[in-house]
Amino acid sequence: MRQYSTLQNPQQLKSLFQRRLWTITLIIAFLFLVLVVRLFYLQIIANRYYSTLSANNSINLAPISPPRGLIYDRNGILLADNVPAYNLMVIPNIVPDMPKTIEELRKIVVLSDDDIKLFNRQISRRRSFQEVPIRMKLSEDEVAKFSINQFRFPGVHIQVGVVRRYPFANDLVTVLGYVGRINEQELGALDQDNYAGSDYIGKIGIEKYYEQQLHGTVGYRQVEMDASGREVRTLKTISPIPGEQLYLTIDSKLEEAAIQAMQGLSGALVAIDPNNGQILALVSMPAYDPNMFVNGVNTQEYKKLRQDPSQPLFNRAIRGQYPFGSTIKVFLALQALQGRYVDPKIQIFDQGEVKLGSHVFHDMHKHGWVDFSKAIEVSCDTYFYLLALKMGIHPMNEIIQNFGFGQYTGIEMNEELRGLVPTPAWKQKTLHQGWYPGDNLNFSIGQGWLLTTPLQLAHGVATLSMRGQAYQPTLILKTIKPDGHVTIAQSRLKPEVKLDDATWDGVIEGMVQVIRGPQGTGYRFGRPEYSVAAKTGTAQVFSLRGEKYNVAKLAKNLHDNSMFITFAPVDHPQIAIAVAIQNSPEAAKIARKVMDYYLLTEGHWQKGALNGTT
Amino acid sequence: MELPNFISRLMQQRDIQMRTIWVRLHLDAPLLIGILLLTLYGLLVLFSAADQSWAVVTKQLGRFLLGIILMFIAAQIPPEKYRVWIPSIYVAGIFLLVLVLVFGHTGKGAQRWLNLGFIRFQPSEIMKIAVPVMIAWYLGAKNLPPRFTPLLVSAILIIIPAALIAKQPDLGTALMVAAGGLSVLLFTGIRWRWFVIFGGIVAATAPVAWLFMHDYQRNRVLTFLNPDLDPLGTGYHIIQSKIAIGSGGFFGKGWFNGTQSHLDFLPEHSTDFIFSVIGEEFGLMGAIILLVLYAFIIGRCLYIASNAYDSFTRLLAGSLSLTFFFALFVNIGMVCGILPVVGMPLPLISYGGTAVVTVLTAFGILMSIQTHRHIIKT
Repeated sequence: MRQYSTLQNPQQLKSLFQRRLWTITLIIAFLFLVLVVRLFYLQIIANRYYSTLSANNSINLAPISPPRGLIYDRNGILLADNVPAYNLMVIPNIVPDMPKTIEELRKIVVLSDDDIKLFNRQISRRRSFQEVPIRMKLSEDEVAKFSINQFRFPGVHIQVGVVRRYPFANDLVTVLGYVGRINEQELGALDQDNYAGSDYIGKIGIEKYYEQQLHGTVGYRQVEMDASGREVRTLKTISPIPGEQLYLTIDSKLEEAAIQAMQGLSGALVAIDPNNGQILALVSMPAYDPNMFVNGVNTQEYKKLRQDPSQPLFNRAIRGQYPFGSTIKVFLALQALQGRYVDPKIQIFDQGEVKLGSHVFHDMHKHGWVDFSKAIEVSCDTYFYLLALKMGIHPMNEIIQNFGFGQYTGIEMNEELRGLVPTPAWKQKTLHQGWYPGDNLNFSIGQGWLLTTPLQLAHGVATLSMRGQAYQPTLILKTIKPDGHVTIAQSRLKPEVKLDDATWDGVIEGMVQVIRGPQGTGYRFGRPEYSVAAKTGTAQVFSLRGEKYNVAKLAKNLHDNSMFITFAPVDHPQIAIAVAIQNSPEAAKIARKVMDYYLLTEGHWQKGALNGTT
Repeated sequence: MELPNFISRLMQQRDIQMRTIWVRLHLDAPLLIGILLLTLYGLLVLFSAADQSWAVVTKQLGRFLLGIILMFIAAQIPPEKYRVWIPSIYVAGIFLLVLVLVFGHTGKGAQRWLNLGFIRFQPSEIMKIAVPVMIAWYLGAKNLPPRFTPLLVSAILIIIPAALIAKQPDLGTALMVAAGGLSVLLFTGIRWRWFVIFGGIVAATAPVAWLFMHDYQRNRVLTFLNPDLDPLGTGYHIIQSKIAIGSGGFFGKGWFNGTQSHLDFLPEHSTDFIFSVIGEEFGLMGAIILLVLYAFIIGRCLYIASNAYDSFTRLLAGSLSLTFFFALFVNIGMVCGILPVVGMPLPLISYGGTAVVTVLTAFGILMSIQTHRHIIKT
């Protein structure tokens, strides 16, 4: 055993190193030799064998695209499935004269310029012996015509593929979005291997958000090919792994009931189960048929959709940014009560206006003597003007933001917008102006720069109904992996809005009076047998962000948007709804129909009562 | 007695300094020539592998020039400076690796890239140099062979970055980083017995680790051991690669004439599998020319290591040379089917930027060690 002294001299260190260096050099030399021997074996000894293989080389990998995961609603009703479709495929290196072939093909099947453009782009992406689709979803007529003429088109054949289908068409596009042909830009960002055989990708909505889970994993066939690239036989198959199945929280029957109620109107409705944040219905009207986007909507149809003044492509439920109108008052009322800015019993006399400097802020009605509860019931602007002056902007901002306004709700859709909660800092930054007391007054009646999406509003009222317990709004009930493994989505709590019981009682009582009270503004809702709390809102707007419409065409009294938030039953809420209807006062009526359907027709009222008592 | 000795040494230094312009530029001529020849060879092959695309070749040439500039800069910095900077570079590298895990850009299912707005880069590449340098710095100040505590500290210094990179997940680079660190240990003269024990421990813990792994992780290991299990066809890669090399024979099929790569049977033929193109188009002759070039470069690097003036630079030079050898050996070994498939480019030949830059920077450090020793030596 060698001994090492504590202090080594440099010479010792050096010689130790050099001994080791020699050993390592020898090892490296040996490993080089290993490589040379291996290469000698491959290239000289086994050369004949490998040359033969190379000359006949014909083993290739053909990708098999995985079946896309199906999407169901909460009751197991199929919302998106895959159906067989006949696609026209081309193997480029077999086709003798491509331009002529395409020209001839056009006489038999419909080939749009878009089809051909996409085809040409794909050719350059794939290997020359891989088939490339030129037309998806041939009609039966086209299939028959092509089959007769097939002998004229070497390298062109019909393949039975699958195509996405949305049985509900217009009715669930708001939630599902759609898939479409993969475009060049998407190709660049994709995992090329996994999408080697795929033609479709989620473009918007759930289809996009859950693209990875829905797509699955590509499979492969090892195929033997002849010299011209024709398949001779399959040697080995590795099956694709299908995408996961998605169960949404959406109740498609409720969704359809809502759509039925909203026929002919423009607007959005969001219904949430406040007990867990599950979104029961997410409606934007008018809508469009996603099926026509699956294989690339043709330019003309798309132009028509885009130019439609009612903007069917615009997802109002998550992207429509509406002024709150008076719906904001219930949230502000909570803060007023909590912060003891008002004594709920003290009445004020409403003369129908508030003077601020030289400016007069009007209320549409003179309500006379109004206390806290009455102020909510009749939506008394004067009462809230005075409140706003007393509170100032910061407490108002605080409560509005605590309820999640001005922030993304985090719904499983990439397209969501987040509305706007103006603050003095925001105003200084964007408008370069100070915050005026008048801004407080506008804020208190949900006007000015305040904007909310229907989704945010529904989330806000759901939180209110649960007395501050906030759940992340979600669309996912569960996912099922191809191996049968079920993942139940857990409801996720958001930071609780902590307020006194008396505060919640006071405001919810006011909201009950909106429906029950003699002067309640929710009269359009009617008086159902279940207990219900609500708040109306009217927004005097002439344009909505992201949307244009011709004001002149509409009668003046139709310009206002109606907003409506509601939840029921009051004691053990089962559903919270927000409705925004453009240029029509129908919001409350629509909410009533949806609520009746859910609580009465579907029987959730009893269920709620049962849960509430146990 | 002392004085004449001192004077003669001074004159000797002066003589060495004046002897050649290379020393003043801090470049090592033989190494530089080897690198240039190898790169030229690589560009020739790449031009064929990339279906005669000038765009690909010029892009790679641009990266090479950037690498040469970095090499030149690295060569100007005396080893003493590296000694001072090393700990902070190492810590910064670890920090960047953590950043990647938190904010990293996901490419192909793995988080490796950090986007700085103007450039995207892989911090794990920095660690390929930073880890061996760090270990050399640490052990260079210790008595050699190291005792238990320094060994333990070195092991931790290697495991932290390797684990962070493996988590991205990028097993190939993690292995390279670990190999770089371990290669320093080889040069410290620690008993070979330790490596055997270390290997034994790894082998013994493997079944335990297996129990705690997720299914997908097990699959990954299985694929690593048996490429035929990979559904994306890694086994297919190897079969096609062997056919390409084997069908090349002694003289090869000729430039641009490789059927395997040009008919798209051979995947990744510009990047990880570019050696198969050499084997196919230039045959055994071309492959041996490549190996000779590599051997020449490594020989020169080891020569630099043996002439280095202190423990730190010796260990550093030795480990950088060994890491370079390790990369090319793993790549060629994988392509001709004697090693499992890990994603690792052929140094200075494969298409790709980061690896070229890293390798050339390492050569710059070696040149610095070679050209600064006369001046600092006392």
